[in-house]
Amino acid sequence: MNNITPRAATVEKIVGRAVPRPNARRLVEGRGTYVDDVELPRMVHVAYLRSPHAHARILRIDAAAALDMPGVVAIVDGRQLAEICAPFVGALSHLAGMRSPPQHAMAVDRACWQGEAVVAVVAQTRAQAEDAMQAVEVTWEVLPAVTRMDTALDPGTPVIHPELGDNLCFHREVDSGGVDDAFATADVVVEETYDFGRHTGVTLEPRSVLADYNPAERRLTVHHSHQAPHMMGDLYARLMGIPEADVRVLCKDVGGSFGIKVHAYADDFATVALSVLLGRPVKFVADRLESFVTDIHAREHRVKARLALTRDGRFLAFDIADLTGIGPYSMYPRTSAVEGNQVINLCGGPYDHPHYRATLDVVFQNKVQTSQYRGVGHPIACAVTEGIVDLAAATLGMDPLELRRRNLMADDSFPRKGASGILLESLSHQRCLARLEQMVDFPALRREQAELRAKGIHRGIGIAVLIELTNPGAAFYGTGGARIASQDGATVRLDPTGIVHCASGVGEQGQGTETIFAQIVADEVGVPMDRVRVLTGDTAATPYGGGTWASRGAGIGGEAVLQASRQLRANLLEFAAVHLGLPVERLRIAGGSVIDTAEGVALMDLAELGSLAHFRPDLLPAGFQPELVVTRHYAQRDYPFIFTNGIQVSHVEVDVETGVVTLLKHWVVEDCGRVLNPLLVDEQIRGAVVQGLGGVLFEECLYDENGVMRNGSMADYLVPMAGEMPDIEVAHVETPTRSSELGAKGAGEAGTAGAPAAVMNAINDALRPFAVRLTAQPITPEKILHALHPHLTG
Amino acid sequence: MTDRILVNITVNGMVYERWIEPRLHLGDFLREELGLKGTHLGCEHGVCGACTVVVDDEIVRSCLTLAVQADGAMVETIEGKSESGAIRDLQDAFLERNALQCGFCTAGLLLTADALLQAEPEADRARIREHISGNYCRCTGYHAVVDAIEAVGECRRAGARGAQP
Repeated sequence: MNNITPRAATVEKIVGRAVPRPNARRLVEGRGTYVDDVELPRMVHVAYLRSPHAHARILRIDAAAALDMPGVVAIVDGRQLAEICAPFVGALSHLAGMRSPPQHAMAVDRACWQGEAVVAVVAQTRAQAEDAMQAVEVTWEVLPAVTRMDTALDPGTPVIHPELGDNLCFHREVDSGGVDDAFATADVVVEETYDFGRHTGVTLEPRSVLADYNPAERRLTVHHSHQAPHMMGDLYARLMGIPEADVRVLCKDVGGSFGIKVHAYADDFATVALSVLLGRPVKFVADRLESFVTDIHAREHRVKARLALTRDGRFLAFDIADLTGIGPYSMYPRTSAVEGNQVINLCGGPYDHPHYRATLDVVFQNKVQTSQYRGVGHPIACAVTEGIVDLAAATLGMDPLELRRRNLMADDSFPRKGASGILLESLSHQRCLARLEQMVDFPALRREQAELRAKGIHRGIGIAVLIELTNPGAAFYGTGGARIASQDGATVRLDPTGIVHCASGVGEQGQGTETIFAQIVADEVGVPMDRVRVLTGDTAATPYGGGTWASRGAGIGGEAVLQASRQLRANLLEFAAVHLGLPVERLRIAGGSVIDTAEGVALMDLAELGSLAHFRPDLLPAGFQPELVVTRHYAQRDYPFIFTNGIQVSHVEVDVETGVVTLLKHWVVEDCGRVLNPLLVDEQIRGAVVQGLGGVLFEECLYDENGVMRNGSMADYLVPMAGEMPDIEVAHVETPTRSSELGAKGAGEAGTAGAPAAVMNAINDALRPFAVRLTAQPITPEKILHALHPHLTG
Repeated sequence: MTDRILVNITVNGMVYERWIEPRLHLGDFLREELGLKGTHLGCEHGVCGACTVVVDDEIVRSCLTLAVQADGAMVETIEGKSESGAIRDLQDAFLERNALQCGFCTAGLLLTADALLQAEPEADRARIREHISGNYCRCTGYHAVVDAIEAVGECRRAGARGAQP
């Protein structure tokens, strides 16, 4: 005791530093625990027989021969499961007029997309289940499939759900007024149509669920590869009629999520219902081919955009019309309308323009369901906005960077409203632009472009400015009636050993949540980071919360951790003051010790404090009880969302002989508020950029005219590989949110949001000498060659 | 169903004798028969590289290799490589550089990277990117993975030079 502690004087904060993830050691050693790694006694496996048709009536199921096959435990159809699991409807009440019919855990009477589960085959092993599945005979009556979204509302198109009368799920209009006048009086009007191919998340670990209903205690435990364990617990309880207190959802290691694993899939309900039916653990792990026709798809949009400007390049009005197709049911419970809704909220978002009008039509199709995937609506809104801004710059003969500079919302104009009605807390477009100009030598790139163009080498520079929605409040789901928590809680406690435990409702999918929570605890309690343990992914042991989505983990969950940690520190200081007989103002905690600030010496370690409280309360003053566990909750209630912003530049080379695009370099400036750990946030941004690059260049779920997916395998569906990706330079501007003490905004979406626009603009910049523009993503070599050689187009 | 076949496979130095179905692939053999869950199955048609293991000093896709093909062979997985310390430098570099997020592809990437650096210790960034292009990562932007492998390559080269008299 009474050691001089040099650390006590100046304790370096851990938040903000590039500390590596302690929990990643197990992952590099192959010691993780993903759902498929878990084996339980009496566990059986399910394989789902899925509809080969996009739309078909189920006339007869004959499973007699399959039932006799080795290892088969049960064969169950949708009607049987419907007795255990109630149907569900993917609609939110605040999306006025939105409709979707009830959906079942497995198809009853009719399959509405290729891939919808129709029969469950349960066996001792997955291989046996698949063997037996081959022997199940289903007699189908194939029905006409609705595949095209542009004709989905035509009178001649079959109506997928006759009870709805047409194929419209949701329609919304935003109109600030004055748009028609602005276009009528504008000096310049540009317009263009943008198409976006469907793509999907391709998490490397497929969706996985291991449901374990124990009839002896009527408790359900579900091991799940998921982002929102509390949400799933609530849904399982309500749809199966099990008290929620008796449902436990465990998410250990999750092998990629990106929004794909935030949804409640019919397969999840079916697997849990089978476990309830059979009274034993049932494991379902999607194989890759199933993933392509059951994981949610996203981003199938056609957007018509118009922009009105003055001659000197002032934006007057945007006019947007978005049409999007979502599959046969709106996804439960988050719905499939949110993506389009975000598109019309976000278009034109970075710019100061007085007039805005947008319409949205969300239509049903006989294709895989679409829903929220990383960046939800952002990449579409950004590509449309930044695409039309570039077209305007070309039309005016103005430098695209200069045109943006003239129209960006000024950094000192916040808080304010965007023209679409969104509330913006505090953005930094001008500072980000300035930072970008430090990183990218635009004049040199332009000189090089001109020199190479003369030699027949076509390089392009594309810019994308964006806004990013993060830290959502209840406006996202709660007000629409979905039981998806917008708050999160954190519990921190001191153990007798001086270790501080932290439990949070926000989980870890690899982004580093547990590390940044440990950093926050370390700083706020005053202990080294190696004295912190973080627990996530267990609804029985963590505070109720929303989990990971809409870039809320650090901003919402982290603030709860901060508040809980501060209160624990205050409790410990009070405890130490009482025990030591010193005024609390004289004490602080640093490096895991109680420090006497007057003497600059460490008085006692937190382990001594913990031991005293737990083992020797007889030594404490009468009537004093130290509180060693603190829980705090946080919900962001100042704004519907905390918007953040960023800017990206892509440098590409287009081979006009082959149509191949080579990515040379990508730059990102991002404002995610306070940077908690640059090592983690930078690679999070790079990973998101690469997902955006996949969307703009490679990824598309292709269908034939009958609604059958043509490229549902990883050999056919292209995702970005290391060899095709550029180095990605990342820089930060920090505008902490004032809605929390932590100051963190989200960082998960921006990379995906901006990359497609930047690359599309770069390609069009490269091809400027040919007077062609590519506006349909993915921009494949084939599309580029067709644009360059229209006379060759068949 | 075809009769089972007796195989004799050495995995991470341990000899395993098992009666298996001929259709069983090596990835499932390692995971289901031996409980070695560190090898992950991402696509099961040889594209993603998550299931990469080492068979007789060559990296292979365990989902495209039948377990019966490994009869008599020496197989090394991430568990064996970790316990022997053979790729400790790569593992440390991946941690240091945050060259992994969810960790699902990581075992395959580490074994692939080690194979490259053993064959071509001087591999540059472009060559590293090319070599690991059979290993998909959906979380990182590959940038950190390339950084980590490049750094280990430099260290190994420096170590090799330092070891010379």
